Order: sequence, then structure tokens, then C-alpha cells
Amino acid sequence: MIYADNAATTKMSPRALEEMCRTAGEIWGNPSSLYGLGQAAQEALTDARERMAKILGAEAKEIYFTSGGSESDNQAIRSCARLGAAKNRKHIVSTAFEHHAVLHTLKRLEKEGYEVTYLPVHENGIVTPEEVAAAIRPDTCLVTIMFANNEIGTIEPIGEIGAVCRAAKVPFHTDAVQAAGHVKIDVKEMNIDLLSLSAHKFHGPRGVGALYCRTGLPLYPLIEGGAQERNRRAGTENVAGIRAMVTALEEMTANLDRNAAYVRSLRDRLIDGLSAIPHSALNGDPEKRLPGNVNFCFEGIEGESLLLLLDQAGICASSGSACTSGSLDPSHVLLAIRRPHEVAHGSLRLTLSEENTEEDVDTILQEVPRIVTYLRGFSPIWQDLQSGRRQHLL
Amino acid sequence: MALYSEKVMDHFLHPRNVGVIEDADGVGEVGNAKCGDIMKIFLKIDGGIVTDAKFSTFGCGSAIASSSMATEMIKGQPVEKVMELTNKAVVEALDGLPAYKLHCSVLAEEAVKAALKDYFDKNSIPYDPAQFPDAPSCASCEMH
Repeated sequence: MIYADNAATTKMSPRALEEMCRTAGEIWGNPSSLYGLGQAAQEALTDARERMAKILGAEAKEIYFTSGGSESDNQAIRSCARLGAAKNRKHIVSTAFEHHAVLHTLKRLEKEGYEVTYLPVHENGIVTPEEVAAAIRPDTCLVTIMFANNEIGTIEPIGEIGAVCRAAKVPFHTDAVQAAGHVKIDVKEMNIDLLSLSAHKFHGPRGVGALYCRTGLPLYPLIEGGAQERNRRAGTENVAGIRAMVTALEEMTANLDRNAAYVRSLRDRLIDGLSAIPHSALNGDPEKRLPGNVNFCFEGIEGESLLLLLDQAGICASSGSACTSGSLDPSHVLLAIRRPHEVAHGSLRLTLSEENTEEDVDTILQEVPRIVTYLRGFSPIWQDLQSGRRQHLL
Repeated sequence: MALYSEKVMDHFLHPRNVGVIEDADGVGEVGNAKCGDIMKIFLKIDGGIVTDAKFSTFGCGSAIASSSMATEMIKGQPVEKVMELTNKAVVEALDGLPAYKLHCSVLAEEAVKAALKDYFDKNSIPYDPAQFPDAPSCASCEMH
């Protein structure tokens, strides 16, 4: 099997898995208990918090452990919205291609009376700091822009956006779920006020994540019911998961440059090879993208049938077609970079990790063109494109 | 894959009656590229019997499987019988489809009927227009 869906989730690293099992087995007390067993868990948690802070360039008291990226995004946005409302500021700046954890929260806030500006991301999938600056108003209470896009992998100019927000004194949140462990992050240097991350995107376990919130910026809880996480997130801490997350992130951070160079070389071979398929196009900027992200549109075919046939060939991938999401419209990300609907239905996302090999790339480069040709062979759209009844869009 | 029944996977992986019939007696095309599925069905009709049926489909696994199954179900059948084809029958023959994929079977029924209508029109065969409601493919897809 070739696993090429690392943006969906990653396989746990052996060290992280070992740390999770060891902690769950040995340090199983409740960190809130005052006896030794509980205090050992509290110490393990404190240690994990300090190590996580160090990786992000933050302080330990600025790290809050959560259940994952979605919760972190929800809390960051809700908290800033509430803070803004107290000052009569109910305007938020974001982009059109955020993750649904951000977009759906913003849609809900719109129903609650907030106003949201969704900045365009252009055909390359990148928003400019100038556009962010221009969108900020006196009543803006939050700018929330993802670090790297989960579908097309484009990396946003986060440091520059952070500087713009800091100068305007507007809190800046970034959903760094796809970026953490894969690209360098320094919250102080990049002027990030809030940052979300999720363990399972960097070889940690599913169901655990973190939210960084800068000292001085109030953070309201999303989940009430206890004094955990300094009253910001109730619920007995998932110590084993948290320690496994930190172990995985440390490992990824230590090897970041080497991993990125290797994965990027695989990615670029895939991009070169798939570009040879007629009437195909890479989605998103070719340079400013995550080391492991490949995302293509192929004209005349539909993504789900492509995925099913790739699965038959032992290749795990994903698509932004409507049929794979169970919805009517294809991916909002592909529509945001102005791919027409009919083209967006034929998308393929391959996301690599350092565990993929040159042989994996060889196999993918054999199978994808073969399957695309096969599906085009009985596609009425392709027949119309070939006969000239329909104009090529790619 | 648990998403689809074995029957669906069989018809998706080994679709029957793929292709075009150049001198077809009836051709029906339904669906919309924007919605992500187009089905085109070609019929050869001789003496009131569908002697051959072929399809071209742009769409997901269940759209391809539905086209394959529908063409299998109508081949060798008299036109009157083919007129009675329902999406429900296609779904049953496929051992079910996930709820959000049911419109693929609707498309198959519509494509077959559009091909029959084309045949009736070309041969000036009278029919009740009520039997061919304007195939509201996009609208039907928006309903669920």
C-alpha cells in the first residue's frame, strides 16, 4: 500500500507511540489529584507544555492543550469574537479557503451579528499582506488566516500578515494544522497571537492538539466544567496523547530541514510527471507550498472514480470532488482559486511524508496517467472536448 | 471498500456496455458537468426490442455502476418494458446505494428515457409527453 494522504492524517511515529503507551501505562493518575500519582501526571504535563512552547517560540503559560485543530480553531475565534463584542467590534477578516473548522465558525458568527470579510486567495492560492491591511477596519476584532492550506498546500505570508495585524493592534489567529512540524513556526517572530495545531498531522495521535494564545490576550473557554488548562479548557487532560504529540513534534522539528528537502524532491518529481498528462493543471503556487503537497485537476474525469481506482492499485489519496464530500459542490478551496466547477470535480490530492519512497512516486506516476486515460475513454465530457463540441478549460 | 456494495464495485470496476453506438437509434444525455455527472446512453432498437445499449459516463463510482447496470437491465427488452425502468429497480439490482448517491440511479433512469424519447422523435412514434418530464437533473440533485 502507498499512503499518499498525509494531509488527512499521518501514521504515528514509533517514538510517539511508545511515549503514549508508556505514559498511559505508568503515569495514569489524574493531574488534578494531590497525591504522588496525580502529581507525577501533573509534572509530565508541565514538562510537555514547556517542550511544546519551546518548539513554537512561546512560553509554557501560553500553551493550552485541546482535543485537536477543530477545537483550537473554534476556541480561538469564539474567544476573540466575544472579546471584540465587549468593545463593540464585530468585524472579522479571513480568507475564502479556510478549513471548515474556521469557516463554519465564522458562518455561525455571521448569524450572530458579526460581519466577516473573506479575502480572495487568487489563482495561486495566496493572500497578500496588503489585502489584509486594507481589509482591517476600526471595528475589526480578529484576523484569522491559515498558515498553509489543507487541500492545495499553499503557504501564506504569515510573518508579514502578523506584522500588519500587530501594527493595527488586531489579534491574529492562524490555523497551523497543516504547517506544524512541516515548516518553521516562531510565534514571536511572526507576530502570531493565536495558533492552532493538531497532533495527528505530524505523526502524533488523533484526538489531541494545542492552542497557543499570547500572554496579555484574554482567552475564554469553549468547554466549561473544571480548572484544567488554567481555567481555559475543562476536562481531565489526555496526558498520554499530549506527551506523544510533543514527542512527535520534537522529532519532526529536529528533522524538519532534512525531511522537507527529501519530501520536496518527491513532490517535485510527482508534479513534473503528472504535468505531462494532457489537459491537467497543478492547483496552487508551485513554490510556496507544503513540501509534501501535490494537487492536480484533470479535465474530463471525476475525482471519486479516480480515487476508487487508485485504491484498487493500492494508492491512498483524496479529492475535492463533490462526490467524495457527500455534498453538491466541489471543494470550496478549488472554487476559491477560480477553478470552474466541472474542472474542480476532477481533482486529486496526493500528500507525501518522509516515509514515502522514490518507488512510491514511480508507481503513482504509472497508475495516475493510466487511470485518467481509462476514465477519459468513456467520459462524454472528454468525447465532447475531443470533438470540439466543448472547449478545453485546462 | 465498505462505501459500496460488492455489486456496485463489480459494475464500477468491470463496467458492462461501455462505449458509443455510432448509428444508434436513440441517444439520451442527462446530467450536468457542473454537478459532476453526465450520462449518455445509446440504444439500438430493432422490431421494438432494445438489441444493444452502450453508455459513456462522467461521474463517480456509483454513476458508472448505475449506467452499467441500467444498460444490462434493458438489453434484449421490448421498448414498452424499458419505459418502465425505474431508478429504484437500478438501486435494487445494485444491492443498494448510499443515500447521497441515489441521484446517480435517477440519472440512469433519465438517460434511458431520454434515449427512448429520441428514438420516438426520430421515428415519429407517438407517445404521451407526460411520460417524459423535462429531465430536471440539476434540480433533482439540489433536492437532496
